[in-house]
Amino acid sequence: MTMIVDVRQSFKSFVLDASFTSTGGVTALFGRSGSGKTSLVRAIAGLSKPQRGRIEIDGDVLLDTERGIFVPMHRRRFGYVFQEARLFPHLSVRQNLLYGKWFAPKSAQVENISHVVELLGIGPLLDRRPGNLSGGEKQRVAIGRALLSSPRLLLMDEPLAALDDERKAEILPYLERMRDETAMPIVYVSHSVAEVARLSDRVVMMSDGRVEISGTPSDVLSGSQVLATERREAGVVLSGTVEAIDSAHGLATVRLSSEVLVVSNARAQVGQSVRLHVPGRDVMLATRKPEGLSALNILEGQIAQMDAEGEGMVRVKIRCGEDVVLARITGLSVERLALQAGLPVYAVIKTVTLAR
Amino acid sequence: MDWLVLSEEEWTAVRLSLRVSSVAVLVSLPLGILVAYVLARGKFWGKSILNGIVLLPLILPPVVTGFLLLIVFGRRGVVGSFLADYLGIVLSFRWTGAALACGVMGFPLMVRSIRLSIETVDRKLEEAAGTLGASPLWVFLTITLPLILPGIIAGMILAFAKAMGEFGATITFVSNIPSETQTLSAAIYTFTQVPGGDVGAMRLTIVAIAISFAALLASEFMAYLVGRKVAVE
Repeated sequence: MTMIVDVRQSFKSFVLDASFTSTGGVTALFGRSGSGKTSLVRAIAGLSKPQRGRIEIDGDVLLDTERGIFVPMHRRRFGYVFQEARLFPHLSVRQNLLYGKWFAPKSAQVENISHVVELLGIGPLLDRRPGNLSGGEKQRVAIGRALLSSPRLLLMDEPLAALDDERKAEILPYLERMRDETAMPIVYVSHSVAEVARLSDRVVMMSDGRVEISGTPSDVLSGSQVLATERREAGVVLSGTVEAIDSAHGLATVRLSSEVLVVSNARAQVGQSVRLHVPGRDVMLATRKPEGLSALNILEGQIAQMDAEGEGMVRVKIRCGEDVVLARITGLSVERLALQAGLPVYAVIKTVTLAR
Repeated sequence: MDWLVLSEEEWTAVRLSLRVSSVAVLVSLPLGILVAYVLARGKFWGKSILNGIVLLPLILPPVVTGFLLLIVFGRRGVVGSFLADYLGIVLSFRWTGAALACGVMGFPLMVRSIRLSIETVDRKLEEAAGTLGASPLWVFLTITLPLILPGIIAGMILAFAKAMGEFGATITFVSNIPSETQTLSAAIYTFTQVPGGDVGAMRLTIVAIAISFAALLASEFMAYLVGRKVAVE
């Protein structure tokens, strides 16, 4: 699948002028609220009509303002999962799920309902009405409904934003399974670094209606642009392979380019390639090798770069062999430890989570 | 209790009233939904004028409405002569004319009720249906229409009640001809105009009360059935 998007649209308070391409997998549209992510994804879906632009998927032109082409949303066959579930209240869960099937071309129907129901764990809900489902259940049904309309692309506009952390944690594994078990290309809108790091293959970062940068999650999420967007959660995404499993403690040993990290997740399998998210706020620095610490991961390295990022915080880039981690520490700590580029330090990593 | 037994003529008036009211409601329903939809969703010049025209029969004296109908739909009226000459449809002094008068009088009530319910439909649901592949017509039929069903039912009942009680416009437009245009209301009026007619008027009044009550109960029951299906998310 190849999708080319290039749209320009003026709104009352800002101008959307963005373009990106996707070659399948999960493309994350990432940026703070008000950066134009939702406007862009609405334009892709055909819910709004840009003044100028071009949208093309596998050679099929859906929008070309120069040639006066605008394919209405119901003929685009793009599934759309909204922030709120938008289930039809007068239909049962089963009828909601099957709604799109009436309109999909018979030749395009690849997903069968039992697979989707099993994938999303909504079997027990089928005969219920949307009115008495929980927020997480509603959103899972909405995702299933979009999948069963046999779309050629799934657009997800902050599908977890309206849910509390517990519900998010309930749905994320289903999204991962969906990504891994269906070949559906996905455009995933989010302002959460954690979600993007966990789900996406490619990140398109937006601000003020424009695309700031796009690339792999590890490139984009460790860049200074992200720090401006969401400082607290920023960090690095590291790729590696699972080397060993300690099932007694529920730990996995992951080999990175040169370093080794221990991660608490027993679901991983030996040999599996994984991505780790290390938030900058959870990395401490020490000038001497610390002892008697509960932290499992202490890396030896050298300070490569230091940037003040305002509010008294400093971002320190530490090179450990061939891997790089970010630490976000206070200016006072920098002064006390007399940190400077080139100084050998120990990076104490408090938390590291499996991103994939 | 012999005085309670309806005469053949009175039965005819009751049946005629039911037929006139039902036809008036059913024929005006599609137009009512269309006009309500246009008023609720449309953005065009002259919308308030259309709204005014629709509401006019509610405000005008019924006799004036009846007279206007007579001018337009009468044998020599602009529309009336066309219908009579080319389609062979005569409305004046026929029960069909009574249905037209009743439909016009009930129209504002029907449109208002349906319009209000269209305005409360969450358009985000229609958007969602569109992204699932439903064309605007299918969206209307499968999402909007089921969601506004309670409003449609309420509008139909209101219009039916109005039609059952309609007197002024009907008698002006199609007169008071027994077994052709003499509806329940007109028959009661006729009874009150003759000496000793009170008993007959009372009989028909009881019938009118029974019909109104049945219509009300039916609407409540239907609203209950629909409300059970259209529970708010």
